[in-house]
Amino acid sequence: MKQIMIIGATSAIAQSVARLFATRRASMFLVARNPERLAVVADDLRARGAAAVHCFAADLAEHDRHTEILDAAWANLPAMDIVLVAHGILPDQSQCQASVSDTMHALDVNFLSVVSLLTPLANRFEANKHGTLAVISSVAGDRGRQSNYVYGAAKSGLDAFLQGLRNRLSKAGVHVVTVKPGFVATPMTAHLPQQGPLWAQPDDVAEGIVKAIDKQKDVVYLPGFWALIMLIIRLIPERIFKRLSL
Amino acid sequence: MADSIYTSWGRYPQIRQQGIPLQWRSDPLPTALPDTDRLLPYGNGRSYGDVCLNRGGTVLDTRQLDHIISFDPETGVLRCESGMLLADVLRLVVPMDWLLPVSPGTRFATIGGALANDVHGKNHHRAGTFGCHVRSFELIRSDGSRRVCTPTENSELFSATIGGLGLTGLVTWVELQLRRIDGPMLHEESIKFANLDEFFQLSDASDEGFEYTVAWVDCVSRDDALGRGFFARANHVPARASVSASAYPGSAGFNLPFTPPLSLVNRWSLKAFNTLYYSRQQQNRVVRNVHYQGFFYPLDSIGSWNRIYGPKGMLQYQCALPGADGREVMREMLRTIALAGNGSFLAVLKIFGDKPSPGMLSFPRPGVTLALDFPNQPDVFRLLDRLDDMTRSVGGAVYPAKDARMSSESFRSYFPGWKEFSHYIDPGFSSSFWRRVGGEVL
Repeated sequence: MKQIMIIGATSAIAQSVARLFATRRASMFLVARNPERLAVVADDLRARGAAAVHCFAADLAEHDRHTEILDAAWANLPAMDIVLVAHGILPDQSQCQASVSDTMHALDVNFLSVVSLLTPLANRFEANKHGTLAVISSVAGDRGRQSNYVYGAAKSGLDAFLQGLRNRLSKAGVHVVTVKPGFVATPMTAHLPQQGPLWAQPDDVAEGIVKAIDKQKDVVYLPGFWALIMLIIRLIPERIFKRLSL
Repeated sequence: MADSIYTSWGRYPQIRQQGIPLQWRSDPLPTALPDTDRLLPYGNGRSYGDVCLNRGGTVLDTRQLDHIISFDPETGVLRCESGMLLADVLRLVVPMDWLLPVSPGTRFATIGGALANDVHGKNHHRAGTFGCHVRSFELIRSDGSRRVCTPTENSELFSATIGGLGLTGLVTWVELQLRRIDGPMLHEESIKFANLDEFFQLSDASDEGFEYTVAWVDCVSRDDALGRGFFARANHVPARASVSASAYPGSAGFNLPFTPPLSLVNRWSLKAFNTLYYSRQQQNRVVRNVHYQGFFYPLDSIGSWNRIYGPKGMLQYQCALPGADGREVMREMLRTIALAGNGSFLAVLKIFGDKPSPGMLSFPRPGVTLALDFPNQPDVFRLLDRLDDMTRSVGGAVYPAKDARMSSESFRSYFPGWKEFSHYIDPGFSSSFWRRVGGEVL
């Protein structure tokens, strides 16, 4: 039975992933900011078959608490197999343009806090010569677009960080999965129309994540058709791309 | 009109309504969106008409309120949030030998929807309605209060909310007593009957010995063959002897991928289908073991089957006709439908039992019930009005969960408790259905 840590455990995609692992009788360590919501998720996972569920409420923007979080996780689940990093925010691009602090906050939550967690996590897994790090990035990181480039920049930086980490940890038998969802109908995107063929449900994305972990994929686009869409978007010459309204 | 996310299953009436997705049961009730006044909880949109619609209002989308709070595999008591699908409950509890005490014809309804419509199933003659098995629930009212309702605590709100069509407030969680089973298989007998009298005889003879009974009726045939069809009766297979609790084998998973420009249900396809359906079973009696999902939810294997009725949608009609008079009127009703020639592929007949529901506005009552759907054509409304006259003549009722057109007068005659019920409606809640039939009567 697997031991899994989920960071950002109250997000819709993380909950769906956790439910899939609960049916496999996994033991879990959940991290999220709101203790009340965390308890709701934990009860749900226990009823769905999780062998054990431990909770830790913390604001991940407080980087100096990250060591404490990981110590608690390993104290409860010493044979940790998988860590899923699923926290993030979708900032309002126009607000970011008007406010340096909004921009910095978005970069902090979506990139720096993830790096702050992944650095010690990687060292623990490297020392154990075992484990999977699955990190939720986004198709938005594949190319900067005027409508979403602060978020895209954070995810793009994350992608590069994960590439390097994968390269380094492969020697220790530690696996790094970069997950790139497209549009997913979750609370994070609730202000968008959430309709049409490009939109996926969290459960479908979660299945793709678990499959990618099982099959030791390196980079997955979810749903898979986003790989093609982003390929095309990356291939557009910058000279033309800059004139588009994307 | 383009598809709105929040439609009803009959796809009639078609309105646009805005929704607020609810995430956490601990959150306070949101306020209605700008330019709208009142709220209505919305589950998975499986009711047919307008009980889940709120034109000009806001719907509270409960699908993400789908957390289990507790489940005791020893006692079969489940407490879960109201947006959980019956299908998700079944996936959890059936492997532990528990089953929903009452199942409607689809497993894609939510627990909250099952409660608000006080749904019934093929075991109504034994188990009563869904509400008979509800132990408690939490209700948030627009004044911000949260109340736990049970048969003894806040008992009036308990009774008003079961079958209360979402009008009494938002149900956040429900505690339910499940039914113990030995496995997922049912022992089913399918018996051909030649007319309505034979149906009544079969049903009267079967309700004692069979937990589940239902009949599929050819609604096209007339005269001597009026009301011919198949009677299905089933019990749970007692021991898990022969069959392992494997996945449901017959789930084709076919999905109607688009809405055809015209209804595929018409006079000719109906005649052909009903004749073929009646002829498919050569023997008078077929006995077999079936998986519960195929027995309870035959239409669930075709995703979005409602699209077959084309862009204008369909109207369902389900009535309950009590007593001996009801049986005679049912004959008249089937004759009227057969003559009109625009009914559904399959009509369903069942005898309801006399177990009372705690629900103030509950639909089932002892007697015979008929359910069928009609493509939305101009003459269908007149036909349904005639059926309403028949239903009223014997003191029967029409099921709000399936209705989009009954008159206010009809509703008030079907549900004499409506006035008392209206006192428990939350002033911050309303629905298209209620504004149509209940009016503003406070």
